[in-house]
Amino acid sequence: MLNNLATILDQGVAASTTSYESIATVTVGASSVSDVVFSSIPSTYKHLQVRYLAKSARSGNTLDELNLRFNSDTGNNYAQHAVFGDGSSANTQATTSQNNIELGSGWLGTTTAGSQFGVGVLDIFDYTNTSKNTTIRVLGGLDMNGSGRVGLGSGLWMNTSAVTSITLYAQNANLVQYSSFALYGIKG
Amino acid sequence: MTATYDKIATYTTPSAAADYTFTSITGTYTDLICIISGENSTSDQGVAAQVGNGSVDTGSNYSSTYIFGDGATPQSGRGTSASNMLVGRMANSASNSIIHFMNYSNTTTNKTVLGRGNDGVYVIQHVGLWRSTAAINTIKLFNLSSVTFAAGVTFTLYGIKAA
Repeated sequence: MLNNLATILDQGVAASTTSYESIATVTVGASSVSDVVFSSIPSTYKHLQVRYLAKSARSGNTLDELNLRFNSDTGNNYAQHAVFGDGSSANTQATTSQNNIELGSGWLGTTTAGSQFGVGVLDIFDYTNTSKNTTIRVLGGLDMNGSGRVGLGSGLWMNTSAVTSITLYAQNANLVQYSSFALYGIKG
Repeated sequence: MTATYDKIATYTTPSAAADYTFTSITGTYTDLICIISGENSTSDQGVAAQVGNGSVDTGSNYSSTYIFGDGATPQSGRGTSASNMLVGRMANSASNSIIHFMNYSNTTTNKTVLGRGNDGVYVIQHVGLWRSTAAINTIKLFNLSSVTFAAGVTFTLYGIKAA
């Protein structure tokens, strides 16, 4: 039972080659950016997936958060839960009625952290459905050879609109060069 | 839109095997996903990886952070400056591990891997680091403590290509 459940819930279960398509990719150039936006997302898929490798310009701290907004909604219409390990203990974290979804907890690398980038796989479910709120999950982590975090998060956008744009940004600083975000569509 | 989730290679162990290595992996994809499915010969054990370009790096250039649960108490652990990174867990019964090699072919960042595995007791999630900016084209997967994979274990490697 445990094995079966874990298999069903995990990311990366093989899709057929005709049902998983690349929609767009953004890689940050030499000039850091405040955010990355996927706009005019086609509604022809059932689910979306964002796969990322990212780091922020935050100084004085080796961790940062990657945040998400849908459809440029800056209202307090988001909530989030995460469970994560920091190498010594397991922790949980949650926010309610926030103006973004915090994707995990400290899974984004920073300039202070050195060459390491945080990575993650973000799934956005049933994003065109207009009869239910939108939920996401994220698997992510950052290892720095002696520190770092890894975990699993979920998020909620309390809005029944179809998702047409996704904004991703670091909580404390710009996203730096080589940060890369790839958006994929999964057909139903 | 381009179909972009391709199977690169599959291998099934004909008999008990200590490890399996994917070699000459094409650099044309953005991410790699490896799924290990089957069981170990004798006992539950953690799955580790060594990676490299041309051959696997056996130096102390790996580290891992992980979180795991056994139905009672969630825990977290870490390995540093190790000769491999933890990426999964296999059981002495049907089990699987799924490993994401993120941006594996770029030559500007160190390589980070996300992995998940489970056995009859634990479900565990890892983030692993290879401190090298070399592109990965070789991946060796093995159980810790010399536990072998049983006959019939499948190792399937997929490539995901971004636009």
